[in-house]
Amino acid sequence: MCGISGFINREGIRADAALAEAMATTLVHRGPDGIGVHIEGNVALAHARLSIIDLAGGGQPMQIDGGRLSITFNGEIFNYLELREELIKNGRRFATRSDTEVILHLYDEHGPDCVHYLNGQWAFAIWDRQRQHLFLSRDRMGVRPLYYTFTDRGFVFASEVKAMFADPEVAREIDVEALDQIFTFWCPLPSRSFFKGVRQLPPGHSAILKDGTLELRRYWKLEYEPDDHDASPKVTERATEELLNLLLDATRIRLRADVPVGAYLSGGIDSTLTTALIARIAGHRLRTFSIAFEDAEYDESSYQLEASAFLGTQHSQIRCSYDDIARVFPDVLWHAEQPVLRTAPAPLCLLSKLVRDSGFKVVVTGEGSDEIFGGYDIYKEAKIRQFWGKDLESRLRPLLLKRLYPYMKNIQSQSPEYLKRFFHVGPAELASPFFSHLPRWTVTSRLKSFFTDELAFSLKGYDATSELEAELPAGFAQWNSFIQAQYLETAYLLPGYILSSQGDRVAMANSVEGRYPFLDYRVVQFAAKLPIAMKMKVLNEKYLLKKVAEGLIPPSIIQRHKQPYRAPDGKSFFSAAADGMVEQMLSPEVTSTMGLFKPAAVSRLVQKFRSGSAIGAKDNMALVGILSTAISVDKFINRFTGRQQPCKQSHKSYAISS
Amino acid sequence: MQAIAQELRNFVVNNFLFGQNEKLRNDDSFFDNGIIDSTGILELVGFLHERFGVHVEDQELIPENLDSIDRLVAYLQAKLRENGQASASVH
Repeated sequence: MCGISGFINREGIRADAALAEAMATTLVHRGPDGIGVHIEGNVALAHARLSIIDLAGGGQPMQIDGGRLSITFNGEIFNYLELREELIKNGRRFATRSDTEVILHLYDEHGPDCVHYLNGQWAFAIWDRQRQHLFLSRDRMGVRPLYYTFTDRGFVFASEVKAMFADPEVAREIDVEALDQIFTFWCPLPSRSFFKGVRQLPPGHSAILKDGTLELRRYWKLEYEPDDHDASPKVTERATEELLNLLLDATRIRLRADVPVGAYLSGGIDSTLTTALIARIAGHRLRTFSIAFEDAEYDESSYQLEASAFLGTQHSQIRCSYDDIARVFPDVLWHAEQPVLRTAPAPLCLLSKLVRDSGFKVVVTGEGSDEIFGGYDIYKEAKIRQFWGKDLESRLRPLLLKRLYPYMKNIQSQSPEYLKRFFHVGPAELASPFFSHLPRWTVTSRLKSFFTDELAFSLKGYDATSELEAELPAGFAQWNSFIQAQYLETAYLLPGYILSSQGDRVAMANSVEGRYPFLDYRVVQFAAKLPIAMKMKVLNEKYLLKKVAEGLIPPSIIQRHKQPYRAPDGKSFFSAAADGMVEQMLSPEVTSTMGLFKPAAVSRLVQKFRSGSAIGAKDNMALVGILSTAISVDKFINRFTGRQQPCKQSHKSYAISS
Repeated sequence: MQAIAQELRNFVVNNFLFGQNEKLRNDDSFFDNGIIDSTGILELVGFLHERFGVHVEDQELIPENLDSIDRLVAYLQAKLRENGQASASVH
């Protein structure tokens, strides 16, 4: 895993090697094993390397055929051995054992269509000297990031925005529409970033830059064709077997590395299953890692330890407190490069530090399973709301919502009349293509009441939901509502937040690469064709996946009530370790200068936290969202130095052997 | 009654609107205007109990009683009467 960057100047402006190196240097957390720069006239490719495959020969940027093709590549191509074999059969000769060289030869054979052959997680740029164009590509699900922008001098790209900001020509401004998107969907839309003019290559896209013009092309998309005709026991049995084999293979190729591979073990079905599959394939004692919370409300230690004992892994935990979250939060934002409404990325940053300190660079995780196999509460919630919507006067149907959220006091005490309103169960809502996400987006959007009048004015006429709606696939409004919900989670929140702020960024902050068997495109496509009843059988989520897991993981983990991964939010910033962060970053002076949020309203929000009466999700999202925006503005706009800011993390860790 | 209305209004403005009260009318729906969420209802119930000694029964947790300043005032008046307290005694 690595960090990539580069630029193409306008004709006649020679590329500055020192600038290319400066850009790559901001990414050394992604690649601490070496910096490489390739200059060719007006073209610069740069690379910060974390060596995982072909430790000796895989240096980058890499060239073939005397420099006819050059690449800077971040990621892994898991099927590179098979591809390499095929290419050799076709007469190709390799100088290294790396997957990087495989991409170059594959591109040489197939041009931009080469990406169809790749199974992996990637962001890369190939300079094609003959065609005088730059070919860029990003993996199907958006595991690895790729940003770009245009300046007066030309085109600039990188794995992270901070590398682009090392180029003084790249303007550092926030994009208020992206802020609006974050305060609606929790993340910017896939082609946007928090910064004005800085765009992302969306998942499943490639692009060609030629003569200063960038042409994007989508090479893959999520296609749901649920076959709902037959979910009989016989068909289910066959699907179970097929899925197990597919997951075994997806996991097997994700163990390819010239360094040891560890695994996250959260105590849920997904990571316990991936760990079980690794144990079965690798056949040696596996190292596993997890987060334990000091606050019992969030802690899942007992399940983690049970899974570890069952699978015979050597397990290590970090114990995360309110203080730890506050302490690491500013660093998390330096890496995430966008405001967040939850603190959940913070413990994951501490976890990747534990992994790295334990001598591991690669971990397999269960990410993606909830999206594609139907595990999230939002799917179940939408199903219950729809069921209730068919009989609005029912007194019993709303009780199902209370059963869904046993840990939420605010839901438990509500009358059906209020539940109906909070969960948007009415004729207009039932007809909306965003039915599943209305409660979440509506509550989140209300945080915009903190926006200053000036900000609100500049956003006049802008509607984030309309922008999203305009890019939805044709016919989306007619899709089954379960599939609509799955699409919104998988195409938007997954790349924009889960794989980014909670994924790539906080893992790479400590030079750790995550690998996700559930996001193997074959698994994703298999899941997209399953009957909906195999994902949610009545109200039993991830039905088929649980069948696969039977006998492989402890029954108690299959049967437990699903607990979403959460971390303590606003309260963390009023702990001793927060060290005046709130006073400093949210003072009326700072808020006023920033000009995004009303200083008086922010002060009252802070007061509400101090008095201990801020207990709801909305208040917590408001505090975390406003504070993280203030810290992001401070780090990237006001005081950007381009310097790598090391993670100042201290935590208690201990090893548990089972 | 005006004093009660003012006190309830202050609570709603401070607690849910963070001081931004320019547009709030006493008959505005808390829900339709995005003022209150599910936790907000609990905060409101807690306030009625702490400040006025009123216990909101489960079946009374409905928008008709709690969804605007006017409705809150009417509900509170009725509860206080029920409890044998004169509204004037509450300030």
